[in-house]
Amino acid sequence: MATTGARLDIAIPVLALGALLLAALIVIPMGWLGYVSLGGLQAGMTLSNYAALVSSPDMLRPLLLSLGVAFAVAVISALVASPMAWLVARTDLPWKRGFRLLVLASFVTPPFLGAVAWEILAARNSGLLNEAYRRAFGLPRSDFLFNIYTVTGLIFVLATYTFPYVFILVANGLERIPLELEEASAILGARPWRTALKVTLPLALPALLAGTLVAFLQAMNNFGAPAIIALPAGLQTITTKIWTLFQFPPQPGLAAAAAVPLLAVTIVLLQLQRRLLGRRGYAVIGGKGARLDLVRLGRWKAPAFAFAAAVVTVAVILPYLALMLSAFSRTLTITLSPGNFTLRNFFFVFTELSGTNLALQNTLLLGITTATAGTLLALVIAYIVARRALPFWRWLGFLATAPLAIPSIVLGVGLFFAYTHPPFVLYGTLGILFVAFLTIELPIGYQQFQAAFRSLHAELEEAGRILGAGRLRTLRDITAPLLWSAVISTWCLVFVAAIRELSAAILLFTADTKVLSVLIYDLNETGEPGAIAVVGLTMLLITFAVIGAAYALPRSSLPLQDNPG
Amino acid sequence: MRKRAAWLGLSMIATLIALGSIARAALPAPTPITDELVKAATAEGKVVFYTSVELVLAEDLSKLFQEKYPGISVQVERTGSERVFQRIGQEYAANIHSVDVVNSSDASHFIYWKRNGMVQPFLSTEMAENYAPSSLDPDGAYAPWRLNISPFAYNTSLVKEADAPKSFKDLLDPKWKGKLVKASPNYSGTIMTATYETLVALGWDYFEALAKQDVMQTQSALEPPRKVASGEREVMVDGSEYFIYSLMDKGNPIKVVYPAEGVPAITSPGAMLKAAPHPNAARLFYAFLFSQPVQQVMVDKGGTRSFHKLVKDRPDHVPLAQLKLWPEDANAVEARSEEIKSRYRQLFGG
Repeated sequence: MATTGARLDIAIPVLALGALLLAALIVIPMGWLGYVSLGGLQAGMTLSNYAALVSSPDMLRPLLLSLGVAFAVAVISALVASPMAWLVARTDLPWKRGFRLLVLASFVTPPFLGAVAWEILAARNSGLLNEAYRRAFGLPRSDFLFNIYTVTGLIFVLATYTFPYVFILVANGLERIPLELEEASAILGARPWRTALKVTLPLALPALLAGTLVAFLQAMNNFGAPAIIALPAGLQTITTKIWTLFQFPPQPGLAAAAAVPLLAVTIVLLQLQRRLLGRRGYAVIGGKGARLDLVRLGRWKAPAFAFAAAVVTVAVILPYLALMLSAFSRTLTITLSPGNFTLRNFFFVFTELSGTNLALQNTLLLGITTATAGTLLALVIAYIVARRALPFWRWLGFLATAPLAIPSIVLGVGLFFAYTHPPFVLYGTLGILFVAFLTIELPIGYQQFQAAFRSLHAELEEAGRILGAGRLRTLRDITAPLLWSAVISTWCLVFVAAIRELSAAILLFTADTKVLSVLIYDLNETGEPGAIAVVGLTMLLITFAVIGAAYALPRSSLPLQDNPG
Repeated sequence: MRKRAAWLGLSMIATLIALGSIARAALPAPTPITDELVKAATAEGKVVFYTSVELVLAEDLSKLFQEKYPGISVQVERTGSERVFQRIGQEYAANIHSVDVVNSSDASHFIYWKRNGMVQPFLSTEMAENYAPSSLDPDGAYAPWRLNISPFAYNTSLVKEADAPKSFKDLLDPKWKGKLVKASPNYSGTIMTATYETLVALGWDYFEALAKQDVMQTQSALEPPRKVASGEREVMVDGSEYFIYSLMDKGNPIKVVYPAEGVPAITSPGAMLKAAPHPNAARLFYAFLFSQPVQQVMVDKGGTRSFHKLVKDRPDHVPLAQLKLWPEDANAVEARSEEIKSRYRQLFGG
């Protein structure tokens, strides 16, 4: 007994340290955010920043635009993603694995890169699609199909990169529906279509609503796409507005106050989502039941295939093609003639552009450290919560998912204040970006492990403990190996999410701590489409290499992975 | 009463100090580029350059520097002038000194930096000999690195020369609706200065009318020439003249127009930071930027205009003497900067 007690004493401080770290990650920046929004850096405590927020049309208009855009994006995402998810999860649609992979590609593509690609494709006059359209029908220059620099264009681009969230949730939801219910419907004589509409859809509804909420939040809190698409149209969303408030003369109080509505809307919607989904997050996989009988599409197979193909063409194939064309194009007008082929852009980015190597190193370093630390911290927290190893474990679970409720740009604002003032001065070092990325990506990791612990019985650990191993040793020798696949998939997810982060990085970087996403953003402001394409493709290559490596490892489980059944 | 007296006393002292500094205003003694300086700079190994000049041109200059002084790498941070200013402000407020040499196309930034004691007066021997004293800051705190002009331009394959707009008034013709592109004073220092000069000449009425023309809004002053060259828009309302020439050199269908009413001139100064982390490399690089060979490369390859006496203008440049350049006033730009930015944003968004 005495030995076990002594070992417990070592374990508890380690676990407590993890818990304390987690609390600090969230509480410090959010505390600063509140303090600054109440005039903490100005003369005295005041509500004037909030008053300015509601009374000034300069602030109100962006806020309303953000909400409107996010609503439209959420509806479109739901309308596109749910049939797509149903087709891939429950029907005999051909080439399903390919579709899943392409949706995964869209999921990991940073929206700002998608926005740049759609500029190349759908700028009103020089957009490749508009040019092709005019050429095909011999139309004058005044005719065009698309104009990306509009509110519609912004909604379209955002929807392209948020529909995968709905897709994942709905596909997972569909796979969890008990087979018996659908069988009962079939036995009672309902045709497959009727079953789908009357049984499957209502059962999948909570997942669909939850996914739609996530799409709404992703769209509302995105910074990159509106910065690229909306600014040329003379429009500001609340995220680009917050960013402009940091320009000279900075208005930190107003920026902090402007962040609060985003925070409030997000928290309310996440509460709603939690109620709908019953505490399952969007990254949660698992619980896949026995192999389901697939709905036979019959003569609808061709149209269904065409629909799915159209979705992935728009979301992935066209933008990737546009980036490749741009990367190899000599002039600003992109043509397919052999005379326009060049490697100049690659040469420029990798040998002449002085920021590339530094940004690449910083990004990789941050990706690896964030993924490693994030996985460890998420594992410790998930363990504490799952095994109730510390008092206040409920609070830790809440804190670990809290960053979901904090838009990245808001967290960026909070972190900026927290780590430019004593006692912790981290601004100007990679440390502040590490802290930002770790905080932002923690919920993904936590949810992965939460799901994994649910399927892991405590008996194995108890056996280890009875045989005399301490908590830490049990965690290392028994729990962690059993959770191996969750460890790998968490690491990958955090890595991929961290290397594409822009919203917080744009506020926190300095010359020496620039990352690839910020480099792309800078190049876009300068207007170097070829160079952007090269850096963007490099980023995607790293992403796919990491995901590919994870797939190659045994027993890994990534979201969107093919249904093993 | 006592408060008021104290205030009077203080303001008198301030005036005296200001007068004193005017009286003492003098260029620093010219510094030659010695082997010792090169050696000390090489030991530092690096120089950090924040600039708003076109990225490819900036990287070309950095390559030239590294060929001339092997062992000193140049880190170019290229962004819009207003963001250069914001970044330095944000970094200095957090006590981070990473920039050595700075260039911005909003000359009022240099007034602010000088007033706050952030820039280091310096003059190389070559600069002292070849730049007109009237073009230099009286204390040598900054110097004119290049002259930019913000003219119109049109896409020659989309617009006939006869149809191209010749004056600011022409731009308000309904036929240009949806065909114009311009950059934003909220990002670009060139456009900030140009907007101020246009305001003095034409007033807000002009901008209000222009805003009804469905003008495409870009951030950088380099973007309008690009959008015209790529055919995304027919005519650029403002933007960098030098970049139009550099695009013409590459065979793009774009041509400059100097509007009849006059054309905004924008001096884009350079300076060295007092708290430069690589002080010797900063001196070397600063002197290099203002040297004749570099200025000549900027004119020939980049299409800029130079203040250096020995630098020859491009034969295809319309000579400055033939242009009606609007007068610059960096002090007034500084005073009105916030008003211009916020009113502009209300009209054009960006």
